[in-house]
Amino acid sequence: MNQIIGVEGGPTGPPSMRIHPRARLALGLSVLGCVPLLVLPGIAAFAVASDAERRIWASEGAYTGHDQIRTARRLARIGIGIGLATLVAFLIFTQRHGIGTVREVFFKPEFLRGSFPKVLKGFWLNVQIFFIAEALVLVWGLVLAIFRIAPGRLGAPLRWFATAYIDIVRGLPAILTIVLIGLGLPLVELPLFKDFTDFQFAILALTIVYGAYVAEVYRSGIEGVHWSQTAAARSLGLSYGQTMQHVIVPQAVRRIVPPLLNDWIGLQKDTALVNVLGTLEGFNLARNYNSNHSTLTATTVLGFCYVVVTIPLARLTDTLLKRDQRRTTGG
Amino acid sequence: MTFLEVRDVEKYFGTNHVLKGITLDVDEHQVICLIGASGSGKSTLLRCINGLEAIQAGSITIDDLEVTQEESRLNFLRRYVGIVFQSFNLFPHKTVLENVTLAPRKVLMKSREEAEAIAEPWLTRIGLWEKRNDYPDRLSGGQQQRVAIARALSMQPKLLLLDEITSALDPELVGEVLTMVQELAAEGMTMLLATHEMGFARDCASSVVFLHQGVLLEQGTPDQIFTNPTCEPTQQFLKRVIEAKRI
Ligand SMILES: Nc1ncnc2c1ncn2[C@@H]1O[C@H](COP(=O)(O)OP(=O)(O)OP(=O)(O)O)[C@@H](O)[C@H]1O
Ligand SMILES: [Mg+2]
Repeated sequence: MNQIIGVEGGPTGPPSMRIHPRARLALGLSVLGCVPLLVLPGIAAFAVASDAERRIWASEGAYTGHDQIRTARRLARIGIGIGLATLVAFLIFTQRHGIGTVREVFFKPEFLRGSFPKVLKGFWLNVQIFFIAEALVLVWGLVLAIFRIAPGRLGAPLRWFATAYIDIVRGLPAILTIVLIGLGLPLVELPLFKDFTDFQFAILALTIVYGAYVAEVYRSGIEGVHWSQTAAARSLGLSYGQTMQHVIVPQAVRRIVPPLLNDWIGLQKDTALVNVLGTLEGFNLARNYNSNHSTLTATTVLGFCYVVVTIPLARLTDTLLKRDQRRTTGG
Repeated sequence: MTFLEVRDVEKYFGTNHVLKGITLDVDEHQVICLIGASGSGKSTLLRCINGLEAIQAGSITIDDLEVTQEESRLNFLRRYVGIVFQSFNLFPHKTVLENVTLAPRKVLMKSREEAEAIAEPWLTRIGLWEKRNDYPDRLSGGQQQRVAIARALSMQPKLLLLDEITSALDPELVGEVLTMVQELAAEGMTMLLATHEMGFARDCASSVVFLHQGVLLEQGTPDQIFTNPTCEPTQQFLKRVIEAKRI
């Protein structure tokens, strides 16, 4: 103790009681870490403490402030101990008293078995919506992207349309667009849409929403192809359209596969949003089951279905990304 | 007969005045070398000639047809004007053969067989017919650049623009590409080329043009330019180049 104060005081000034701000933060965090159940502040206190140590040394030019830091560390260690201990106690407690309810709500075996066929039937509709919408999205997104970058004065109206469309749709929460399209259009009684089923409206709405996102993916891919490729193609006499078709888009598509797959996963999950249209898909069938049996088990089952489909997609995306990186950095 | 006429061409990039009143004639079967320091406007001039860049004043006329930014005219003119770039710009997603046959098929409307019949002699000549099904990243820089030249030649151009086509190559690969250009020159191909290879300019050029900060400062036979440059900047430029070569 004495040693610290002595050094802190320095050769000229009086002994200062000032605490370095970082050290104060470390102390604060370590005190917070002593609150039962909390573990993270304690861990953070350790990191802040060693950071504070280095800063204090740098600013004072001497081996000072060690005492505060040591206190912070000690408190943090105690805090982590308390936090972990209470956490374990809490888990044991809920295990004893609450786990039965948890099982009742989320995992009741009887309901798992009972709801599975129904939920699966609904989920199959989601899968269909996904596949059809995805195919349409790929085409519609490309069309929008090509509009968006249409050249010259001739292309100006196309550019404006696509820009406005993409900005608006991306600015709206997906569920709003889905409601506006799926519930709004049938009321307007437009000739073409009059006979659409809610299944078809669901696909239309998702295509409109995801077309905007995928258009931006395409666009970034197209703009990512170096302009010298355009120069080379145009100088050979290829027209703008031919250059796009034979030179730019094929190269763009290769590099956008990973971000495109990301949007697939998003679309796959967002097929659940069409429940607001009353389509008898997974979400609604699960909800019906749940309200009949006062449980949430059917929704758990549905969640399981989604994860089974999306996780392989996510891994595929990773693999493709890695391969892409290897190709672009390794050669 | 004058094939390419460049008259008082002015080119700006924003406020950057890059070409200042360039006037230049290229006759059929002539080989004209553009020399000048980096940034003097060589590439820009070549790119303007084939309409990749618009000019702000003056005119460029190829075989009595003026180069404008009108889409269909450009597409037409570019059949007759080939350009090869410093960075090859081969299409990475297409094989060597597809690179060479793309334009004949899509622009000249040849069938695949016809286009391949055009490509074969060129690829054979550059010794790459065996590699026709490889992708460009499998080839050395020199091979890629020769494919790029073959790609331009597959359109049977009347004028070939070459923009520092050896600058991106390792020294030992420069020779094979220059030899090919030399052969083309001997066969009577009309060429306008930007180059830093003074030895090559001296041997092959019918005329050498010195560009300095966007101005065409001096033009003459290789002998005149290399042994008796009249302008101060030309002298300095040549001195610098020669010194750089020694080091
Ligand atoms: N696309 C462009 N946009 C804006 N400025 C440009 C563009 N291309 C070239 N410039 C400018 O024009 C000037 C001439 O460039 P240019 O590439 O024609 O020179 P160069 O003689 O070919 O040089 P180098 O020997 O380095 O190839 C430079 O100042 C350059 O910065
Ligand atoms: Mg250049």
